[in-house]
Amino acid sequence: MSQTDTIERIKTHLAAAPVVLFMKGTPDFPQCGFSAQTVAALKQCGAQFAHINIFEDPELREAIKGYSNWPTFPQLYVNGELIGGCDIALQMFHSGELKTLLGEVGAVG
Amino acid sequence: MSAARLKAISEHLQALAPSVLELTDESHLHAGHAGAASGGGHFRLLIVSEQFRGLAVLARHRRVYESLAAMIPQEIHALSIEALTPEQAQR
Repeated sequence: MSQTDTIERIKTHLAAAPVVLFMKGTPDFPQCGFSAQTVAALKQCGAQFAHINIFEDPELREAIKGYSNWPTFPQLYVNGELIGGCDIALQMFHSGELKTLLGEVGAVG
Repeated sequence: MSAARLKAISEHLQALAPSVLELTDESHLHAGHAGAASGGGHFRLLIVSEQFRGLAVLARHRRVYESLAAMIPQEIHALSIEALTPEQAQR
């Protein structure tokens, strides 16, 4: 599997839903506190979101750090753009910006 | 080990010319979880710098991560970041 294929896989994931979370574990069984908190914020907003468990795809796990220029997980994307990690997602949740943004892309309700 | 690591992080962050730098080792809060097994630490950072002026939060966090790139993920497993301009820090 070439690196180009991995980048294509990332783009396919990002195109599949307006809100995509690359995380450790799954929404039901998060394997990291930061991923769990980000999932909780999205759920509180009532958002529909796709998730990718990076533990199941080691190549993607490495490649996306370069793709996004962001070295840690979780990584939250809206319409293919990196929004941030757990800190930024939680700040936006508390300010109300997160729900507004998710609503704008049709991911709520 | 923790003190040496905190010192190394602080030194790397001098690249951002911080006027305030508060770094807390929270690794003990995460002992036993999967990420902690790798040996990398969990840290909380408050950093105030003129260099954050005009930058969105995402870009500020990227600057911090870039400064610490040599330590991620072997020594820093997770970092919680609050990155402020001097004006924001006064509020």
